[in-house]
Formats: sequence, structure tokens, C-alpha cells
Amino acid sequence: MKLNIEPNLDRPDDVYEMLIDAYRDLSDEQVQKMSARLILLLVNHIGDPEALAEALCIARADMTA
Amino acid sequence: MLQTYEYKEFPFAPSADQQSGKTVRRPVVVLGGGPVGLTAALDCAIHGIPVVVINQGMTVSIGSRAVCYAKRALEVWDRLGAAQPMVDKGVVWKIGKVFRGDRQVYQFDLLPEADHKTPAFINLQQYYLEDYLIQRCQALGIEIRWQEKGISLHQRDDHVLLRLETPAGVYDLECDWLIAADGARSFTRKALGLDFLGQVFQDRFLIADVVMKANFPPERWFWFNPPFHPNQSVLLHMQADDVWRIDFQLGWDADPEEEKKPERVIPRLKAMLGENTEFELEWVSVYTFQCRRLDKFNHGRVLFVGDSAHQVSPFGARGANSGVQDTDNLIWKLKLVMDGKAPPALLDSYSEERVLAAKENIGHSTCSTDFITPKSPISRAFRDAVLDLAETCPFARRLVNSGRLSTPTTYVESSLNTPDTDPFTGQMIPGAPCADAPITTDGRHGWLLNRLGNHFVGLYFPPAEGMAADTARAFAALADAPVPVETIVVGRDLVDARGLLGQRYDGKPGTYYLIRPDQHVCARMRQFDAERVRAAVDRATCRQ
Repeated sequence: MKLNIEPNLDRPDDVYEMLIDAYRDLSDEQVQKMSARLILLLVNHIGDPEALAEALCIARADMTA
Repeated sequence: MLQTYEYKEFPFAPSADQQSGKTVRRPVVVLGGGPVGLTAALDCAIHGIPVVVINQGMTVSIGSRAVCYAKRALEVWDRLGAAQPMVDKGVVWKIGKVFRGDRQVYQFDLLPEADHKTPAFINLQQYYLEDYLIQRCQALGIEIRWQEKGISLHQRDDHVLLRLETPAGVYDLECDWLIAADGARSFTRKALGLDFLGQVFQDRFLIADVVMKANFPPERWFWFNPPFHPNQSVLLHMQADDVWRIDFQLGWDADPEEEKKPERVIPRLKAMLGENTEFELEWVSVYTFQCRRLDKFNHGRVLFVGDSAHQVSPFGARGANSGVQDTDNLIWKLKLVMDGKAPPALLDSYSEERVLAAKENIGHSTCSTDFITPKSPISRAFRDAVLDLAETCPFARRLVNSGRLSTPTTYVESSLNTPDTDPFTGQMIPGAPCADAPITTDGRHGWLLNRLGNHFVGLYFPPAEGMAADTARAFAALADAPVPVETIVVGRDLVDARGLLGQRYDGKPGTYYLIRPDQHVCARMRQFDAERVRAAVDRATCRQ
């Protein structure tokens, strides 16, 4: 497994709060825009297609389409 | 509309075959006289295969249609003696710019390595290209039957029976082999009932060919959401004779008939070019596109090449360019099979290698299309996010995709390759198309690629101590073999005056390359070994 799913944040509650704060008061359309940019920035930062594939798999686990 | 090109009309003349009243058998018939069919015919003629081309039309391509021709296709046409007028007439380019709104977000340079004979890309109207190919066909004495079309086709064990309709009535023609170059709506494919599966893209594009004196540079310019055509994309290309190709994305709901009318097209152009720019329309067309292909490209005695075998979107110039690589791959194999020097299985390798190339091209084409024509709100959100980020984040510029331009396929996994056993560096792995390099022969400047092709060639970098006597004898034996190999000894037959040949082929003393008739590497070794070379030839021709 290339993706780290063990705790990796010193102050998890602060990071969570940061995320919620960043999205505060945005319209649905803005949320989608923001998320798309954020995902691209993080995907590039991680720079590992295998880890990405694993993350995508977990994120989609309970969805069928 | 203005015409910068004068269409010649090619009259119908009943062929001797039709006049004979009998069913004549021809070795090879090419159905379709577009760029790929004509290229197939030229390659047949170069290999000494008698060939007849059946062309439905009475002139060359109406409208500029395919415009961008890539280096590898030009190299193939150069091997066939047809490239020079194309390069002379065409617009050479290498820079692509991508704009969002009125700001540039990305620029690419096809960065052609210096010291190759052919440029990275030229833009040339398809009618000129076909005109030059026809002239070359005429010079080689190839018979083109104009205004004839296939109306039925039957595949037999050892031939194909074609029924052709002409202005003088119907006649039957047999051929040992049929090359189906009859385009995206292939008659042959339908006659054989073959599936042509893939993806349809729900979008329409308007092509306007405009004659004008403009100050745009010879570059590929692509706009996402430009102020003059909001929420859609636009592509601009310079062609010969001050003709400019402008391609407007219209969306799926556009009415193709309405959008073609000058009263609809001219305002779009004025919005882009400014009220005061003088221009004339030369050709207008509305198109949609699909990415699809046949499962395999050889079906008994019918061999599919070009759009009849595979179709891509135009973004990336992977249509005609890949079709030319199909015929490049096919004809030498067909010649060996026809001569009984290789088993028909060699034609399976044509399908194997070119299906892989088609997959690669369709993959690139689909990615580009997903970017240009997002198919869902989230796909559009990611696309827009890439463009948003591209202005400030370098990583996002690499994701901007307005078409990844055609490059030749390396047949990495091909069963015709002999895998390396010695260490090598560089690009010239088995399956790769040979890189060009400047050489001199008898003090005259020339190019490596002009010395390769049409038959197997061994490229030998002799050891420092010189060539052994038994090596020279082995070369002579290879030249006399049923599938002959011509040896080119660097330093003896040509001079690597600038060292670029050695550099591009990692040509340490003693190195030997075996090169296929289509200028792809099929084996290499650090020390010449006649047995290994013979085995590699057998492998590359399915003779083992």
C-alpha cells in the first residue's frame, strides 16, 4: 500500500477546522471549483499515481454507478 | 468563395480491364485515393508490386481538411520520393500557444532536435498534399482509376472479387490483395460486416478556411473561452497561400446546416479578427468526431489502413499521420508474403503493431477531447481548475491539453523485435523508428534516413581495430540471403562527420543495428554475430 492511511497529522482537529473554514460561505458552484483546484494541487504534491489510485478506490468504495 | 487552388479534373477513362469484358486478376488493388491510399500505392510501386488505385472522386480533396503533417509521415513520404514539394510549399511550425480568455496560459515547443532532414510539423492543405502524391504516382506509372467506386465485394480463399461502378457501367475486378483505404465511412468495412466500435463525442466544430494577410505568426494558437467566442474553444493554424484554418467549437446543439452559411460564419470571424481585417472565405465545414477502431486490421485478403481502420478526433493530428504509418508498416510485409519469402502470419504482425498504435492514438485523442469537450459538470470543473491554476502554478500547465501532437509509435512489445541482451543507452530501442542524423558520402552532405528503408539494413559501427575478414564474408552472405540485408559500415559507406549518428545510436565501436524496411529498429548488439542477425531477420519476418 503506497497510501498512508495511518495518522499523519500532529494536530488533526486544527487541520479539519482549516478545511471547514476554507469552504465557509461558498455557493455550491464555488465549492466544486474550490475542491477541483484543491484536489489538483494535492495530487501534484503527492506525485504518486499508485497512492492516488488507492485513495480513489477508498473514496469510491461504497458507490456503484 | 475564393479559390487559391485550382482543382484539376481527372477524367474518367475506361480501363483496359473494363474494356476487356473479362474479369481480370490484379495483384494489389487500393480502394481509396486519399493521402493514405495514394501513399500505400507509392509504397507498393517502390517495392515493385503492380498496383491499381480506385478513386471515387474526380479531383483531389475538396477543402483543406487534414492540415498538419508530422515529421514521421514526412519521413515516410521522403522514402517514397514525395516529401520535397510538401515541405517546400507547407508552413513549417513548432510553437503552440494556449490562451484562456485573452491571456496566454501555456506554450509548447515541439523542440525538434537540430540536424534532422524533416521538420517537426508542416501545415499544408490536403488538396496540395494529394496533388503532390498524385504527381509522384504518375511519375512511377501507377494507374489511378478515377470516378470508379466499389458496389460489392466478396472475399474468396485466394483473392477478393470487387464489383466497380463507373460512368461506363459496372465491371468486376479480382485482386490477390485489397488494401482498403476508403476512409471513415469505409465501403469495404460495411461490405465485410465488421464492427467499428468506440466513442462518439457530443460536440460540433466549424472549420473556416480564410484567405487574409494576417500578422499571426506560423504557430498553433488555441483558445479556451476567448472573448470573441465565449464558453467555447477556437484553434488557429497558418496554411500555404495566406490561407488560415480557424476552427470554432460550437457545441452539440448547433445546427450544422445553419452554421455553414456565410451570414453565420462571417460575424464569428469578424468578432475574432476585428471589423477592419479583410478576409475571404475559401471553405467552410461543420464536423463531429468519434474515436473508434476495428478489432484487427487484416481480414483474410483485405488489409485496412487509415481511417477505415481507426478514427480519432482532429486534435493532435493523429488521423492522416497514423494512416501513413499504417502503410509504412504494411507494404514491406505484404511484399515478402506475396513473394513467398514470409508466411501470411507476418500480416498479423501488421495488425498487432498498428492496433497498438491506434490504441495509443485513440488514448491521446480521447484525453484531449475530454479536456476540450468535458462530458460532465465535474469533468468541466477539473478542466477549468487546471486552466485557473495554470496561470500561477507550473505543474498545471503540463495538464493543459489542447491536443497532444502526433509522434510515431515505438513497437516496444512487438513479436518482431529481438530483445536486447547487451546494455545500450538512448532512444533506439528495438521497435523504435530510426532517428535521422547528418552524414557525408563521398564528401557530399546527406541524411541517414535516405540510406535506410525498403529492405533490411544492417548499420555497423566497426571496431577500432577494423573489420575482420570473416565479418566482411558474413555481410556478403547476408546480402545474398532470401531476405537480403544490406550492410552499411560507418566510416566506409558513409561518414559520421559530426559524430551525431554515433551519439543518437549509442554507436560504440562494434555495435550493429538491424533495421526493418520501414526504418524501425528490430535488433541490436554490441558485437556483430551473423547467427544472431539471421535469427533476428527470421524473427522480424515470422520465418521461424
